[in-house]
Amino acid sequence: MYSEKVMDHFSNPRNVGEIENASGVGTVGNAKCGDIMRIFLDIDDNQVIKDCKFKTFGCGAAVATSSMATEMVIGKTVEEALKVTNVAVMEALDGLPPVKVHCSLLAEEAIHAALWDYAEKKGITIEGLKKPKNDIYDEE
Amino acid sequence: MILVGKLIYLDNAATTKVYPEVFEAMQPYFMENYGNPSSIYGFAAKSKKAVDDARKTIADFLGAKENEIYFTGGGSESDNWALKAAVEGYKKKGNHIITSKIEHHAILHTCEYLEKNGYEVSYIDVDENGVIKLDELEKAIKPTTVLISVMFANNEIGTIQPIKEIGEIAKKHDVLFHTDAVQAYGHVPINVEELGIDMLSASGHKTGGPKGIGIMYLRNGLKIGSFIHGGAQERNRRAGTHNVPGIVGFGKATEIAGRTLQERAEKESRLRDRLIDQILERVPHARLNGHRTDRLPNNVNISFQFIEGESVLILLDQQGICASSGSACTSGSLDPSHVLLAIGLPHEIAHGSLRLTLSEETTEEDVDYVIENIEKNVNRLRSMSPLYDDFVKNQK
Repeated sequence: MYSEKVMDHFSNPRNVGEIENASGVGTVGNAKCGDIMRIFLDIDDNQVIKDCKFKTFGCGAAVATSSMATEMVIGKTVEEALKVTNVAVMEALDGLPPVKVHCSLLAEEAIHAALWDYAEKKGITIEGLKKPKNDIYDEE
Repeated sequence: MILVGKLIYLDNAATTKVYPEVFEAMQPYFMENYGNPSSIYGFAAKSKKAVDDARKTIADFLGAKENEIYFTGGGSESDNWALKAAVEGYKKKGNHIITSKIEHHAILHTCEYLEKNGYEVSYIDVDENGVIKLDELEKAIKPTTVLISVMFANNEIGTIQPIKEIGEIAKKHDVLFHTDAVQAYGHVPINVEELGIDMLSASGHKTGGPKGIGIMYLRNGLKIGSFIHGGAQERNRRAGTHNVPGIVGFGKATEIAGRTLQERAEKESRLRDRLIDQILERVPHARLNGHRTDRLPNNVNISFQFIEGESVLILLDQQGICASSGSACTSGSLDPSHVLLAIGLPHEIAHGSLRLTLSEETTEEDVDYVIENIEKNVNRLRSMSPLYDDFVKNQK
């Protein structure tokens, strides 16, 4: 049911772990629904993401989207990272089954939540970044 | 995706391998004795005899009469038939059905359908082990109650229900009693007379028989009409040309199941207990779901905190192990198994459940390999789980 890329990122997830004294940390999801993602960002003075790590509770797709999302934002500026959408993560994984699309949304939200935390810590505003929902199922 | 040259099949509650003797017994009914049992000529007599013989084997196995066994297309059809025909046949008495919260969807979704069509359904709670609350069940009976339908044994957590007691309650109040015995048939002894069962559903493929064949036991004298309309097969109660190879296969599987039941149950329950004990000993923050002793001999269901079931299944698959889970991700919705929620598990723990269902082919080596890999997989997934991180940090 999963693409080879999803299986690869699930079996050999990239960037699992934590960053101590991270520039920004974001946690999204809900254990009740079976997925929680936590993203750690290390951002330098030029607003370039030097490192990104994750921890995820969830299914195969949740782990794979977290792993792919971390790879996609490393080396990008904060502004560029904002453009890493759930669709981009899904495309990079050669697609997800329809019931798993919410996992990619979770990955996008987790990155945004970590960037929001970074902006708050720095006392800056990142243009185009909205305050993330802590729980992507809030509206349901 | 299997990365190792192994296949350890521990999903026998989903379906089983057909016994070689079953396959052999079925073969002549495809190309040699392919006649329609309903035909008049001598050539079809062999097919008719094969169907009659299978019916007798199954009737004997259940302590029923031959003319109380009806062949169907499977367990789901039998469940649908039982519920829909019972409320129709007894509509003068009332429109109320009593069932449990942990039934298979073949029962629950049929009940929901009936509710939409004006019938009333009471869903009885189960305790933390998944055993139906008999006092609640009895209290739910009303003058309009026509049917109690409670499964013999649960497909997810393996708990065996107090069928005899339910049969007594039903009889006392003059209510029909149906049991979905799809998971129990061939694995635990069933005698419809002793247990006071009026209707029973079973399926061939959960006990070494073929897929696509089921039975319904209907006690003689019940006002249960036809569900599939057409020809006069099955004494006008179930139309459709007999699935002769399937019926023969189900009969053979029943014969084998009856002969081996005790020995098989002893072997499986010994390995089941080894799995349960070892996993609970080696993996912290894990719990057994279902009754510890009143459970199917081949069922193990364990929840692991802080991880999600589908991830465990994928890792096990890569290790050559077939298992299943009650997590939302395997059900295609956001909610985990209704059975695990009914026994009181919080959502996040229900998501981390794993079901292993053994067969007589399962060996001690298999079990040890599975235990080792489960421990490894759970540790690996916990090491990347933010929930586990938070738990460890909060403990400090």
